[in-house]
Amino acid sequence: MLTVMAVVAARLYYLQVIKNPEFAQLADRNRIRIRRLPAPRGLVFDSRHRPLVNTRPSFNAVFVPEDSDNLSQTVERLQKLLGDDDIAGKVADAEHNGRAPYEPITVDENLDWQQVVALETHQLDLPGVSLEITPARHYLYGDLAAHLLGYVGEVSRNDLLRLTNYRMGDEIGKFGLERGWEPYLRGTPGGEEIEVDAVGRRLRVLREIPDRPGESVVLTLDLDVQQAAEQAMQGKNGALVAMDPNTGYILAMVSHPAFDPNTFVGGITPANWHRLITDPEHPLEDRVIQGIYPPGSTFKLVDSVAGLEEGTLTPDTTYFCPGGMWYGGREYHCWRRGGHGTIALHRAIVSSCDVYFYNVGLHLGIDRLAHWAHLMGLGRKTGIALHGETAGIMPSSAWKERTYHQPWYPAETLSVAIGQGYVAVTPIQMVQVVSEIANGGIRYKPQFVRYIEGLDGHIIKAYPPVVEARLKIDPRYLQTIRDAMARVVSSPWGTAHRAHLDNVTVCAKTGTAQVIGAGKAGVRNGEPEGEIPVKYRDHGWLVAFAPEDHPQIAVACVIEHGGHGGSSAGPVVHDVLQKFFQLYPPNAPQLAGRPEAADVAAR
Amino acid sequence: MPLIDRRLLSHFDWTLFAIVLMLEGLGLLTVLSASYVPSAHRMDPLFVRQLIWIGVGTLLMAGALLFDYRSLIGYSYSLYVVALLLLIAVEVIGHSSGGSRRWINLRLFKLEPSELAKIAVLFVMVRYFRLEPPPGGWGFRHLVIPFLLLGLPTALVLKQPDLGTAIVLVLITGTLLFVSGLNWRVMAALMVAGMLAAPLSWHYLKPYQRARLVSFIDPQADPLGSGYHIIQSEIAIGSGGSWGKGFMKGTQARLNFLPEETTDFIFAVYAEEFGLAGSLLLLGLYACLIGRGLWIARHARDRFGALLAIGITGMIFWQVAINMMMTTGMLPVVGIPLPMISYGGSSMLITMAGMGLLISINARRHTF
Repeated sequence: MLTVMAVVAARLYYLQVIKNPEFAQLADRNRIRIRRLPAPRGLVFDSRHRPLVNTRPSFNAVFVPEDSDNLSQTVERLQKLLGDDDIAGKVADAEHNGRAPYEPITVDENLDWQQVVALETHQLDLPGVSLEITPARHYLYGDLAAHLLGYVGEVSRNDLLRLTNYRMGDEIGKFGLERGWEPYLRGTPGGEEIEVDAVGRRLRVLREIPDRPGESVVLTLDLDVQQAAEQAMQGKNGALVAMDPNTGYILAMVSHPAFDPNTFVGGITPANWHRLITDPEHPLEDRVIQGIYPPGSTFKLVDSVAGLEEGTLTPDTTYFCPGGMWYGGREYHCWRRGGHGTIALHRAIVSSCDVYFYNVGLHLGIDRLAHWAHLMGLGRKTGIALHGETAGIMPSSAWKERTYHQPWYPAETLSVAIGQGYVAVTPIQMVQVVSEIANGGIRYKPQFVRYIEGLDGHIIKAYPPVVEARLKIDPRYLQTIRDAMARVVSSPWGTAHRAHLDNVTVCAKTGTAQVIGAGKAGVRNGEPEGEIPVKYRDHGWLVAFAPEDHPQIAVACVIEHGGHGGSSAGPVVHDVLQKFFQLYPPNAPQLAGRPEAADVAAR
Repeated sequence: MPLIDRRLLSHFDWTLFAIVLMLEGLGLLTVLSASYVPSAHRMDPLFVRQLIWIGVGTLLMAGALLFDYRSLIGYSYSLYVVALLLLIAVEVIGHSSGGSRRWINLRLFKLEPSELAKIAVLFVMVRYFRLEPPPGGWGFRHLVIPFLLLGLPTALVLKQPDLGTAIVLVLITGTLLFVSGLNWRVMAALMVAGMLAAPLSWHYLKPYQRARLVSFIDPQADPLGSGYHIIQSEIAIGSGGSWGKGFMKGTQARLNFLPEETTDFIFAVYAEEFGLAGSLLLLGLYACLIGRGLWIARHARDRFGALLAIGITGMIFWQVAINMMMTTGMLPVVGIPLPMISYGGSSMLITMAGMGLLISINARRHTF
C-alpha cells in the first residue's frame, strides 16, 4: 500500500513540478483566445498635406449562432432588416470554413445609418446579433487618382502562404499605393486576450494589446491639379500624367475611366467585381503605366534628339517635302498632302512634317534611333512604384530578329520615325521624354511619394529624386527643339495652340496615333472624323512642359479615339497647366512638388 | 446503554475522526470550487447538498458506532439481498446518465445501489470467512460460494456498465481472501488465472471502454474524444505546479475544460488549485487513514472485527489508489469516486458508515 502511495506521489511530482511549465502553457492555451483588432491604416495626404484617404468607423453586423435560440428565424429577420438575402449563405460558409464555437461571423459590413437603426431597434428580436465597429478605408474623393491610390481587400490564400504576419480575414493593400506601401500603411494590429470556457463562450478580456496605426504617406500629387485634370478628362477615355521635370515627382495622374476604390472596402460584391472586369472600357487598367499607344508625331522629339546627337542632323539641315516620298517602291505620305516645301528642323517640328522626319529616320537608321529612344526611356519600364507597368516597345533590328526572326527592312524605319509601326509607348514614358527635353537631358525616375510621416509627425523616410540617366545633349540643340515646341503652342496655327496660356510660355508637341486595324477596316486617311466608327478613330497625344525657361511642369496626355491630339488633348492639358500656374506662379522661387530641404528639415 | 456510551466515548478514536473531517472539509472546498459558476451569486446547490450528505453521513457514522458490529454481521445476507434487489431494480427502473444506468431516482436523491453493493459484498465475505481457516488454508472448494456471492453483483454492476465499481468489488474480495488465510497454491493459481483472463476480457468490454484503454496508452490518438478526459486532467494537475493556482482559481475546472470535475476527476481540480503541496497533504491524510485502519484491524478484539476493518480499509485504499492513478494518467479511465472528496451522496454515506464501523471496532476492542 505504501508502495502505491509512493508511486502516486512520484507521479504527482513529475506532473506538477517537472512538467509544470509545459502543462501551465497548455492550460493557458485552453482558456485564452487571441482576437486580432486591425489597426487603422495610415492616412494618405497630397503634397500640401490635405487628406486624400483616411479611415472611418464602419458599422458591421456580427452574429453568434450559438446565442440564437432559433437560428433560421433570426437569419430570416436579419435578411429582411438589412435587405441582404445572402446572410444564410455567409453563415453556412463560416461553418464550412471551420468556425470555432462562439466565434462571431461578420454577416454585413459598412451598414448605412438606416440599417444600424433597424438593427438597434430590433435587437430583442435578433438574439446573437450585435453591432461591431471597425476601421474602414475611406477614399475622400471617390475615384480621384484611383489607379494611383489603389484599393484594399481581404488577404488571399496565396498571400497567406507568403506572408507570416497576416491572418485569415486581415485587410491588405491589393493595388496601387495601398499595395506598394502596405508595410507602412498597415500599422501593427492589436489584440485582445480573451478568456473562454470549454465551449468557447467569451468570459472576459484578460489583456489588451493596443494596435499601432499605420504611418501616413505624403504624396507628390497636388489635389487641386489632380482635380483639374480629372475634371478636364471627364467624359473622355485616356490618361494624363503631370510631372515635375526637375525631380520626377508626379503632380497629377489620371486614367479614365476609373473606379471608386470605396466599393472594395469590406469586400467588393461579386456583381460589382463582375461589372468592373467585364467593362469593355477596362476601368481597372491604369492607362498611365499599362496603356500602350503608338506615340505618333510626339516621337519626332526623339528623332530630333537622336539625329542631332548622332550628327546626322543639324538645326539647319533642310529637306524638301513635296507631300510624300517614294521609298522601296511605295509612297509614304506626309499628313499634309500639299507638302511643306524646303524646311529646316524648327519648321519641321512646328509643322510636324512627316517627310522631314522620314529623312531623319533614314539617315539615322533604326538602331541608332532605338539607342537614343532607349536612353530617353522608351521600350523600358520607368520603374515607377506601381504594379503592372508595361515596358512598351522600341523596335530595333535585334528586337525584330528576336521577335519575328526576320531582318529589319529600312522602310519600316519610316513608320517608326513618325511614331507608328512597331513602336508603342506608355504615357508615363512620354512624360519622361518631354521632361528630359525640358530639364536638359536628365532622366528621373517617376515617383509619387514625397515622404512617410510617422505617428508623431516625424519624417520616417523621404524619397529624394532618383536620376536614372544623364543624357549629354548639346544645350543649343535642345534649345532649338524647345523653341519649336513653344512655337507649336504660341502660333495661332500651331497644332497645340489649344494649350496656350497668356502668362506662361508653354512648349508642346501633338501627336495623332493611328489605331491598329483602322486601315484594314477600310478607314482612309483624311476621312472626316465624325464618319469613322469611334473604335477606329485615332488616339490624340499631347506632350508639353512649361514655362520654356526653368520648366516647372511636364505633361503627357493621350485621349483614346480622340482624333487629333491638339483638339482632343490640347484643352485637357491647357486646364491642367492653367490650374498649376494659378497655384505656383511661373518662375516663383519655390518649385512645385519639390521637397524643399528647409521644409523637410523643420519637420 | 449509558454504560456502553461511556466506554465508547472513552475509547473514541479522535484521530480517525479528525482525519475524516479534514478530508471532508477539503472535499467540500473542492466541490465548491469545481461547481462554482461566476455569474450565479448564490450558494451552489451542489455544495449545499454535499454539506447535507456529510451531515447525514455523520449521523450514519454515529449509528454504526452505537450498534455492535458483531450484531450487524447477522444482517449480512439480508443486506446483500437488498443490494442485489436494488441492482436488479436499477436494470428495470434505473435512471440513466452519461450513457450508463446506475441510479434509482427517489425524488429526494438518486440512490446508487452499486455503492451499497461494495459494503454488502464486504459484509458477506467477512461473514463467510469469519472462522479460522482449516490447516493449509482455504482451498478451492471453499471458494465456490464466495465466487458466486461476488459474481452476481459484479455481473449486474458490469451491465450498468460500471467497470470501476466492479473492479473495486473484486479487489475488496481479493483483499479479504488474501488476509483470511488462503492456501498459497490456490492464491498463485488465482493470480495466474487473472493474468490470463485479462486479454480475454477485452472481448467483453464495451466499445467506449476499449477506447479508454487505447487512449490510456496513447491519449493523443483521439484528443477530443476518449483521450480528452485524461489529457485535460493531466493539464489541470500539471499546471497546478508546486503551490497551486489558489482556491477558486483553477482555470481548467472553472472553465469546464475538465469533465466530471465534481466526481471522478475532482482530484484534478484539487491538484490544480492546491498544487503538489496540497496533493501530498491529501495523500498523507489518506495514508494516515489507511494506517489507522490497519492498526485497528491488527488490534481488533476478534477475527471478525479484524476482517471487517481490513475490508473497509481496503475499500478506501483501492478507491483512492485507482482514482489518483487514473487522474494522473497511470491507469485507464474507470469511474471511481475519490472517497470523502468526490461529490455523491451514496458514496459519501457508505464511506461514512465504514468509518463509523472502524471507530466502533476500535472502541470495542476493550470490551469483552
